[in-house]
Amino acid sequence: MSKYLVKRILLAVLSVLVICVITFFAMNAVPGGPFNSEKALSEATKAALEKRYNLDKPLTTQFFLYMGNMLRGDFGVSLKTGRDIRGTIMECFAVSARIGGLAALFALIIGVVCGAIAALFRNKWPDRLIIFLTTLFTAMPSFVFATFLLMIFCIQLKLLPVWNASNESLILPVIALAAYPTAYITRLTKTSMLDALGQDYIRTARSKGVPTIKVIFKHALRNALIPVITYIGPMLAYILTGSLVVENIFTIGGLGQQFVKSITNRDYPMIMATTIFLAVIMVIMNLLSDILYKVVDPRIKLD
Amino acid sequence: MENTNMPKKSPFSLQVDLSKFEKATDEEKRQQDVMSESTTFFKDGMRKLMKNPLAVASIIVLVLIIGTIIIAPMVVPYSYSDIISVGGKRDKTAKNLAPFTYSKKEQSYMDETGEKLFPHIMGTDSMCRDYFIRVVYGTRISLVVGLFASILVLIIGVFYGSVSGYFGGRADLIMMRVVDIIYSLPDMLIIILLSVVLNETLSNTQNPIIKTLGTNMVSIFIVFGLLYWVGMARLVRGEILKIKSNEYILAAKAVGAPSGRIIRTHVIPNCLSVIIITTALQIPSAIFTESFLSFVGMGVKAPMPSLGSLANAAREGLQSYPLQLVFPSVTIVLIVLAFNLLGDGLRDAFDPKLRR
Repeated sequence: MSKYLVKRILLAVLSVLVICVITFFAMNAVPGGPFNSEKALSEATKAALEKRYNLDKPLTTQFFLYMGNMLRGDFGVSLKTGRDIRGTIMECFAVSARIGGLAALFALIIGVVCGAIAALFRNKWPDRLIIFLTTLFTAMPSFVFATFLLMIFCIQLKLLPVWNASNESLILPVIALAAYPTAYITRLTKTSMLDALGQDYIRTARSKGVPTIKVIFKHALRNALIPVITYIGPMLAYILTGSLVVENIFTIGGLGQQFVKSITNRDYPMIMATTIFLAVIMVIMNLLSDILYKVVDPRIKLD
Repeated sequence: MENTNMPKKSPFSLQVDLSKFEKATDEEKRQQDVMSESTTFFKDGMRKLMKNPLAVASIIVLVLIIGTIIIAPMVVPYSYSDIISVGGKRDKTAKNLAPFTYSKKEQSYMDETGEKLFPHIMGTDSMCRDYFIRVVYGTRISLVVGLFASILVLIIGVFYGSVSGYFGGRADLIMMRVVDIIYSLPDMLIIILLSVVLNETLSNTQNPIIKTLGTNMVSIFIVFGLLYWVGMARLVRGEILKIKSNEYILAAKAVGAPSGRIIRTHVIPNCLSVIIITTALQIPSAIFTESFLSFVGMGVKAPMPSLGSLANAAREGLQSYPLQLVFPSVTIVLIVLAFNLLGDGLRDAFDPKLRR
């Protein structure tokens, strides 16, 4: 176990490093420095500014300086607003994390329940209905689904208000974000539940006279949940990237909207910081879900 | 004991008493006829695929869509980038028309000349362009991106995976660690990042290929070539490792088959199904990515439409003209759904592990 842990953590650290390198050097490959603005600066001012922000040093030195600052929690300032990037990211992430967390919870609960139902009613109408819906949702990009939700519930039916600062109706963004993961988890749970129901220990439990409810919940569902754990990491990654689109459609001031805004503004320090921040979160989530998977299922061989 | 009256010549020779046998009747002979025709792997797979109603329906849908995007630009007299013109004059009244309606100018032109203008099947957009032809071109772009990105993934992934699988040992170890790292990168973020950068760096280029395609398209392909092949590489390597350890490979080696023949007749055909299935499922994922990028505003260059950018543009007039969102969205969903179902059908038909 400890060998696996060390290996897995090393891989995660390496991935984070690769992401930082890619992001930093990619952003620096963009032609035009931060001081090539509309107002032409005198050579002296430019040199002074570059010295102030260490831009006169070689790129590798700049990279290590940036990394050092980042580890101390200093991402620099936004080119557009001049505000401290860390503050902006934390502020926006709080909003995104709330919606994303709710979406993840929604997807897990609904997905597992629907998957279990589909497996228990195999080839009957509940199964067919659930599989039809999941097939549809896995083929629908999140922006299509989110815009349709907005169109139907906010504009046509006027049932729910459009999101704004004073009126935080989280239902639609959460559903829009959760649609794809829910469909995926449903399929995953159905397959693993069918697999679990065919196992010998289920037959043993049944022949012992264990009540059906107990067989389903204690023996089948518990084992069927193991593959779902592996999906938690990718799901959170999906929800984070999905938030780029969903937050824009529902005009929620989260990290996703901030990221897209910084792209359209060409606010490079902001893009760099947000990318690294999101990527680190995704890598950590993947790491945690992988470790959790090994902890939960002792049958899995560690190599 | 029955055998006692038989002469003991050799324990291995058969002592057959012909008088105990009788000739088979014609009917009995017919029972020995081969009932099913001999078939190849491909034919058998296709037969199974054609029995799957969902897969057949997806093929029909895809053929219809592809047929439409090939034929429609020849039939429809409008262009995707220009304002509709009536009698050689630009028609600025043809804004946001409903499907199958004509603008005032077009109506009066038709009344005057008696000539029938081609209908706007999906109406027009806010810039007075025929929407149907825009959706058709958008579908073209999305499909082309999906197809080429998948082919790129196929080539790189199969090459990398098979090299890693064949050589094994230290080379395999290092190559797979590289794959592990790329695999753990958040792909969407890297795509967005690289698109931003490539957009800026490529925008001043004089390269004619990049100019016609648009920098965003080129960056999409580059990103796919850099990141998306890892899944395919892993699969191919796994398949090759599995096939290498099979008994029939050992048997083929034992009877002295050269490795070229083993690769041709045993390794490749067994990998092929996995490769085909993964490619079929790669296409919708590429279309997803492209439409996502277009939606965030980093897709193809205007006025060239893609399904994602059409949906994005339709968002502004959502309250008044919801149909402009519905058409491209439904097209994306149809294409992705059809490819997904076809991929599933291919897997059921061609995956040797699922055969009964």
